[in-house]
Amino acid sequence: MLVRGVALLAGCFIIGQLIGETLGKWLHIDANVGGVGFAMILLILSQNELQKRGLFSKEMEDGVMFWSKMYIPIIVAMSAIQNVRVALSSGMVALLAGIVPIIVCLATMPFISKLIKHEQ
Amino acid sequence: MDYITTVLIKNGLVVAFLVTGIVMYLSETISIKLLNKKIPGSAIAIISGLIMAYIGGVSTGGNKGIADIKQLSGFELMGGAMLRDFAIVSTAMGASFAIIKKTGLAGVVSLFVGVILSFFTGAAIAVGFGYRDAASITTIGAGACTFVVGPVTGTAVGATSDVVAISIAAGVVKSILVTIGTPFIARFIGLNNPQSAMIYGGLMGTTSGTAAGLAATDPKLVPYGAMTATFYTGLGCLLCPSVLYVFVKIFFG
Repeated sequence: MLVRGVALLAGCFIIGQLIGETLGKWLHIDANVGGVGFAMILLILSQNELQKRGLFSKEMEDGVMFWSKMYIPIIVAMSAIQNVRVALSSGMVALLAGIVPIIVCLATMPFISKLIKHEQ
Repeated sequence: MDYITTVLIKNGLVVAFLVTGIVMYLSETISIKLLNKKIPGSAIAIISGLIMAYIGGVSTGGNKGIADIKQLSGFELMGGAMLRDFAIVSTAMGASFAIIKKTGLAGVVSLFVGVILSFFTGAAIAVGFGYRDAASITTIGAGACTFVVGPVTGTAVGATSDVVAISIAAGVVKSILVTIGTPFIARFIGLNNPQSAMIYGGLMGTTSGTAAGLAATDPKLVPYGAMTATFYTGLGCLLCPSVLYVFVKIFFG
């Protein structure tokens, strides 16, 4: 059943969100810490587990894949609700504080990439 | 004519599906017919989305982009955090847990480097523009992380509301630039494999920007970049109002 795939995704999503919120509460910060990341790991692990037991059908996969394919349209919709007006009219401090850190961080990318090559 | 508006508002989400579908179809056509696929259709669609957001913001004076136009208010649900995160999680299907584990350490390093470096660069810019109190400098530095870290930090350290607004704007500028820029710089920074996508997510941090930028670069990389980026805002909210604020206070107490 298609909906079993959707339900699996929904279950992983909710548990991940709860873990993220709980972690945020424990750390006394008003933010979700890695909720999406935990949900993704849960989905990968439960998919592997179900496949091992032969419970993971093609139709179930389709239920998850539908959302995976809806991802880019959703991102397009997300772009359309950003506060672009304020971002473009908030003056130089905001513009520079948004742009310069990206360039500085990108400059470190080769070094961190080397770090993993070194490790392996 | 009023009843047409009513129908559109009542069925907001479905209207958003339709409009997004049309925008994506047009973008794909422009990409193939006019640009010889040099710029991917999804990148054009995302940029079109941002332009629509700007038009919506300017014409209504609101803060929710195109969703402030009431006939298109369904975009708020379709593009909101719930469906966005739901779809991001679904991309993990088929991602390799082995690669995530293998790149884990580099991912953690990139997260700390990303948050701390963004913070200090943003803080230095604040100082350059004449801010001399620790709360403002810290808040603008936090805004250079993401548009969530800025206001969370600003509230915690007691910054004024105009500074909080600047920090949000800085975060939005960052997320927009990462969204647009990623496909264009990907070639130059070796962003073509899961490992580098995880590092990229950790350095950039904006989940929406990274995920959208990677989607336009290579959809297969999305889960890896999103995986690390999702920890960034949490780490930023943890470090900025505490350790980093104390550090700034040593110099601007």
